[in-house]
Amino acid sequence: MVAASGPVRIYNAREVSVMQRFTPGRSIAAAAFCLTAWAAQAPAQDHSQYEPADIEYGRSVYLERCAVCHGEDGDSVAGVDLRSGRLRRAALDRELIQVIRNGIAGTGMLAIDLDTAEMTGIVAYLRNMTYEVDVASLGDAARGRAIFEGAGDCLSCHRLEGRGLRTGPDLTRIGSMRPLSALRRSLLDPTGTMRPIDRPVELVTADGTRVTGRRLNEDTYTVQVLDDAARLRSFDKADLREFRVIEQSPMPVYGERLDPAELADLLAYLVSLKG
Amino acid sequence: MTRSMETARRTMLASMIVAVAAAGPTAQDVSFERLRAAAEAPADWLTYSGTYFSQRYSELDQVAPANVRDLQLQWVYQTPVFGPWQTTPLVVDGIMYLTQRPNDVVALDARTGRVFWTYSYATPSDHRACCGSNNRGVAILGDRVFMATLDAHVVALDAATGAELWDVQLADRHLAYSFTLAPLVVEDKVIVGSAGGDRGIRGFITALDAATGEEIWRFHTIPGPGEPGHETWEECPPDPETYCDPEAWMHGGAAAWLTGSYDPELNLMYWGLGNPGPDFNRFQRPGDNLYSDSVVALDADTGELRWYFQFTPNDPYDYDAVQIPVLADIERNGIELKAMLWANRNGFYYVLDRETGRFLTGQPFVTVNWAEGLDDNGRPIETPQPPGAPTYPGVQGGTNWYSPSYSPRTEMMYVPAWESYASVFDAQPQEYAPGRPFVGGRPATAEPVPDAPTVPGLTRGPVNTWTAAAGSGAVVALDAVTGEQRWKFEMTDVTSSGILTTASDLLFTGARSGYFQALDARTGDLLWRVSLGGQIVNGPMTYEVDGKQYVAVIAGSSLSTFALRD
Repeated sequence: MVAASGPVRIYNAREVSVMQRFTPGRSIAAAAFCLTAWAAQAPAQDHSQYEPADIEYGRSVYLERCAVCHGEDGDSVAGVDLRSGRLRRAALDRELIQVIRNGIAGTGMLAIDLDTAEMTGIVAYLRNMTYEVDVASLGDAARGRAIFEGAGDCLSCHRLEGRGLRTGPDLTRIGSMRPLSALRRSLLDPTGTMRPIDRPVELVTADGTRVTGRRLNEDTYTVQVLDDAARLRSFDKADLREFRVIEQSPMPVYGERLDPAELADLLAYLVSLKG
Repeated sequence: MTRSMETARRTMLASMIVAVAAAGPTAQDVSFERLRAAAEAPADWLTYSGTYFSQRYSELDQVAPANVRDLQLQWVYQTPVFGPWQTTPLVVDGIMYLTQRPNDVVALDARTGRVFWTYSYATPSDHRACCGSNNRGVAILGDRVFMATLDAHVVALDAATGAELWDVQLADRHLAYSFTLAPLVVEDKVIVGSAGGDRGIRGFITALDAATGEEIWRFHTIPGPGEPGHETWEECPPDPETYCDPEAWMHGGAAAWLTGSYDPELNLMYWGLGNPGPDFNRFQRPGDNLYSDSVVALDADTGELRWYFQFTPNDPYDYDAVQIPVLADIERNGIELKAMLWANRNGFYYVLDRETGRFLTGQPFVTVNWAEGLDDNGRPIETPQPPGAPTYPGVQGGTNWYSPSYSPRTEMMYVPAWESYASVFDAQPQEYAPGRPFVGGRPATAEPVPDAPTVPGLTRGPVNTWTAAAGSGAVVALDAVTGEQRWKFEMTDVTSSGILTTASDLLFTGARSGYFQALDARTGDLLWRVSLGGQIVNGPMTYEVDGKQYVAVIAGSSLSTFALRD
């Protein structure tokens, strides 16, 4: 019996395919096989599984948090060359995350507290220090804020630090909760990336009143909704004439509305929202 | 066993009987005959699944479809220990015995919920039980209560006082052996099976002398060299393409972490066995890996294997066959069937002949894509999914250890099912290290959209953010003989609750969302529900005291009992 571990992306599970292609027997004599040897000789992972937005953001995190010891080129610590693509304790991304999160006892590698966006970024960057990646330039957060509050009209649905409406998810801490690449996908493909719980609902009560809003919770018999007037409402499904979950996101496709530079600026602002 | 040991055992048994007689009718006296006839004495609930046939069906009928809306809370007992609470209480003559985390036994008045005594086993903190400090309950024989512990001990307690009578160690906790099940008592033996199949154990089922704790027999769930079935742990090829473990059988899992069933006439016990280890990398343990993911029929006197049936050979999905073996005598079209009914974690429902183990029929009861069907012998015709693609059912299975129920009145098998739920499996080579997690990769729950919350594996909080888009629950009612679906009761969240049916054609079941529900067992119609708040991860049970029928269920940290209002 094993509990399902944290989710991975099934739409881009390159780590799986890399593992499938890699057959230890090919590179190591089977009799002498051991995991440490396998880990040490694992090939660098396929860099195309990492998204440019994460790599670029990761570079900024690296320069701020890691470069003081490891150096800008990743080779300042004796015996550790982050650019080599061979991380003895971290052949897999989840191992790399463990090393960063917990540090390495008895060495100068301290535990580093990073949020989701930072961790996703730093892993993407560390896996790609040796590649010449054409990364999208990280934009300017101040310009992004102007777009957010102006042309983007984001506050007409989203809440941020006590301002704006509550129709969409509160974005006050979104920059620590979601990787930059996920934020980018949301702006480019709002419907395809909208979490099921965030899908708007439309329901009609017994007296014919139509209510729209966002689900906060649902069970077999009831549903809890934050309606468009920001009221908390709870309904018995049996009492409803209609209950519909709308799969089309009300958010505009910002890839059509903004040019690439504006998009980069908006993303830089969103990832700066750490709450 | 030597002759002198046998004599000593008989003497002790005799003294137990004398002691019971001397104490008068107030002391517990649960004879083997009484256990055998449990179905005819429904006021008590004497074994984990109610009776040896494990139907979780009761002849009590005071609570019925016509009055179930009059159920009223009678009392609540709260455990002081946090964590999913999986125990099924026993009730004997109005006394309830149950376990709570990590290894406490509580005796209380089943009419009022007031506690007589609590026994706390000193569970060492360094036990290595997988998946939490679970314990699913006690067994009872004579005036003794038996509990198996997280550090692989079994203890016997005085049912009247909770005093410890004996404590025996059966395996090394440092090697991740543990017990989470309620023991099974047959005749004068206490039988337990080991957990630890995700941590490189070699599973076993052991019978102890109820009087002394002395070991009578032990069945290794993975046959050793020279034993039949050992060849299914195939030798590694000389130049394997991927990591192959030449000692795979020595730490190949096949744990027996859920109570077996028993047929007194055949004198056979039936035990469901768990996954081979490591769970997800089948390539390093070539062969069918017997008796992982199998049911084994053992002679209750000797522990000898009479037959086996393997549901999932060389399993890479953690599809434990750790479900309650449900036994039923069914007559259909003039043919009397000694059946074993089995809704398996792998998503197929099976009917076996429990005398011989012969496969009779099988078909999926949830969406399945790892196999396209079963052949004439019940062996799956596998259709492995490409890397990165979702496999149905997911790692928690189409069902799991949650007790199903069979009603001889409706001849339906009722299964707690997970639907629209898949995992992406990722096999990785892993060397065995004693006592450590040994899973060979990891599964991830398939996401409805990128980065969306997915169904939590074992526990949930009060808010459902994953929604039915990531998986939903159901009670599926199957024709017990054909496996055809007769009705389905759908729930928004997945379920980890067992099912109880009664002679009034009521079906009781819980939900992870905390609802406790009564359905019409014939139609699946909802008749009554109450929100108890915490997740329900045990099987509801029923009993009678002073002419009043009670229905008990655990939700979160509370055991709640209901009865009709006076």
